[in-house]
Amino acid sequence: MLLGRTASGLYWLFRYIERAENVARIVDAGSHVALTGDADRSDVWPSVLRSAGVDSVFPGDVDHATEAEVADFLLRNRKENSSSVLSCIDLARSNGRMVRTALTREVWESLNEAWMTMNASLSGPIDLDELVERLEEIKRQTAQIRGAFFGTMMRDDRYSFCRLGTYSERLDNTARIMDVKYYVLLPSSSWVGTPLDNHQWRSILRSVSAHRSFTSVYGTEFKSSLIAEFLILDRTMPRSLTFCAAGLDRTLGYLAEHYSQSQPCDEAAHEMLLKLRTQKMDEIFEMGLHDFLQEMIRQNSGLSMQIATDYNFS
Amino acid sequence: MSYFDEMGAEDDLRDPYETYSAWLRQQDNEALIRKHHDAERVFRRTGITFAVYGQDEAEERLIPFDIVPRIISAREWRRLSQGIEQRVVAINAFLEDIYSKQEIIRAGVLPESIIAGNAAFLPEMMNFRPPQGVYTHIIGTDIVRTGPDKFYVLEDNARTPSGVSYMLENRSAMIRLFPELFRANRIKNVENYPDLLRQSLESVAPPACSGKPTVAVLTPGIYNSAYFEHAFLADNMGVDLVEGSDLQVSGGRICMRTTQGMKPIDVIYRRVDDAFLDPLTFNPDSMLGVPGIMDVYRNGGITIANAPGTGIADDKALYTYMPDIVKFYTGSKPLLENVPTWRCVEKDSLAHVLDNLQDLVVKEVHGSGGYGMLIGPTATKEEREAFAAKLRKHPENYIAQPTLSLSTCPVFTEQGLAPRHVDLRPFVLMGGDKVRIVPGGLTRVALKEGSLVVNSSQGGGTKDTWVLNDD
Repeated sequence: MLLGRTASGLYWLFRYIERAENVARIVDAGSHVALTGDADRSDVWPSVLRSAGVDSVFPGDVDHATEAEVADFLLRNRKENSSSVLSCIDLARSNGRMVRTALTREVWESLNEAWMTMNASLSGPIDLDELVERLEEIKRQTAQIRGAFFGTMMRDDRYSFCRLGTYSERLDNTARIMDVKYYVLLPSSSWVGTPLDNHQWRSILRSVSAHRSFTSVYGTEFKSSLIAEFLILDRTMPRSLTFCAAGLDRTLGYLAEHYSQSQPCDEAAHEMLLKLRTQKMDEIFEMGLHDFLQEMIRQNSGLSMQIATDYNFS
Repeated sequence: MSYFDEMGAEDDLRDPYETYSAWLRQQDNEALIRKHHDAERVFRRTGITFAVYGQDEAEERLIPFDIVPRIISAREWRRLSQGIEQRVVAINAFLEDIYSKQEIIRAGVLPESIIAGNAAFLPEMMNFRPPQGVYTHIIGTDIVRTGPDKFYVLEDNARTPSGVSYMLENRSAMIRLFPELFRANRIKNVENYPDLLRQSLESVAPPACSGKPTVAVLTPGIYNSAYFEHAFLADNMGVDLVEGSDLQVSGGRICMRTTQGMKPIDVIYRRVDDAFLDPLTFNPDSMLGVPGIMDVYRNGGITIANAPGTGIADDKALYTYMPDIVKFYTGSKPLLENVPTWRCVEKDSLAHVLDNLQDLVVKEVHGSGGYGMLIGPTATKEEREAFAAKLRKHPENYIAQPTLSLSTCPVFTEQGLAPRHVDLRPFVLMGGDKVRIVPGGLTRVALKEGSLVVNSSQGGGTKDTWVLNDD
């Protein structure tokens, strides 16, 4: 049993860590695409802003955003971007401070260290030659928190609330990244591989760190509909919608077992998972990929609110 | 002015420091400098910081830690702990009396004026006896030393004394940095403090408690300067850390909102001041407390530690009467001395204080943290004159004490060891069953050369404090 506020703090702590990491992945994908290939890449950075879901708060001209502006905005800007890496790590740490007693010393110290390291290395404008190193460092720091988390936390209700935060955020992130570019994933866009589309799908896969795993499952036949299928329906890819929904369903099951009581959110999570498990990709395309993704985002955020209600978050 | 050196001169070492000194002589200065920096990294990583209000540039600061321990022999400690125990028992008896029959006033030992109009005295506590008659569950007694056998009590912190987390973190840092020292010396353990605290709190469960008592720590929240300590203690005791917003009154109990509904708390170790504890009884604007907790308390639904109203016992106006209080309630002579103190409200004393301002420390009666004070010897003439004007206007707000020649203990600097003034705050736990004192405490050290102010908000640092098992 936990304080409702503690459950909420753990949930949000892990949502923010996941978000910081996802933002770094999105920038990393943009940077990679911009550096490789020979076609005009001026649309890469605007698209990075859209994938990160912050184009509406970006202070400059989104369509002409440069690498330096976007990297700065996504990694360092605390004032205008509440989802920047620094904003996320600040929020993660203050949630961590609030729930300090529910974390192991190792988890707290790795979180605190991540906060100190990022504050130091992102304190001034980013040298673009070092951008990749900065991004690696962010991923390394969040990986260290995760390592301490898996290695030292008891598998009890605390652990479950942390996991719920991670899965909720990740599902939302993958769905949004796909939705921003849903049109390149439609079967009608036929073979991906033209210079224009080539970097689009590559950046999608890279944003969820799935470029390698995709080829290991599907080979090098980069068919747009297969990419969509991989990111939505694959049960083993840790960032697919189905994987995240299964994680939410399973974790809520642990909680119900731990507390010997099931909650309305259990039902909602199960419904979401069932839909993903039974649906075929052509049915999704028939219904409309954009509508489907929007519905997933809505359902996931409804589930988050239900969890908060059922477990007395405050 | 000469000062008592805890370590002793190089050719005339004091006994407790012998083993340490021998070790120190074999150390390479470069290696020590490295350890000195390691220590800071260790503390930063732990996140053991405190907030300093009014300092924009740094929301969180580290209290500097010095790697040279302060060492006390078993014999010295026995004397100190007996004196401290006598004093806290007397303080608790005083509180029980002052909030009921007030025999000490009837007997003419204390003037009635000491409670009349004193904000630290809470009429709400009259004729209510807390569970097991314990008021001061946790006390931090500030002790200073001026000679081999000269110990004075400077202050009895009877409200919510802080610093115990530093005592514990300093020890674990020292063990990490210098394991060999802990093999070579027999040092009494302090690490079980959180267990003792929990046992002590469980021993004062309220009448409404059935079964094993549920303990919780109440914090004002993450922006409080001592938040780290609140979290540290809750964590190490294995109890919940709650904020006012987690709590509400339900069925005559104080309950916390949990993932499984409302759960009653039996004993609350609150780190929230009296004034903010209950907006229905005290400060109505408080967001930090629990509306209605005082009613629940008076009806036996919860134990509040420390009890509200204990501030009257560590009020500086009362301090001067402490020797009489100890004698009145224990029937024996105080084992620990008070610092001689002039009450400026008394005409002769005020005249003496004004005449000798350059030699005295003048303190505000209701102040804390070393802000509203004058340190005569280091103040400028202008500062003294400005303070004298304040004194004449409101003499009742001040007491004065001689500047004590606080003992020194060496600190590590990159140029070698250098003497700095220290004090000592041992932590005392009073339960329904017995008094528990952990051997050691927090040694605070004035890091600025010559400075006598050890407060962390004024540039003070801390040291690990060893009580040796040497007899």
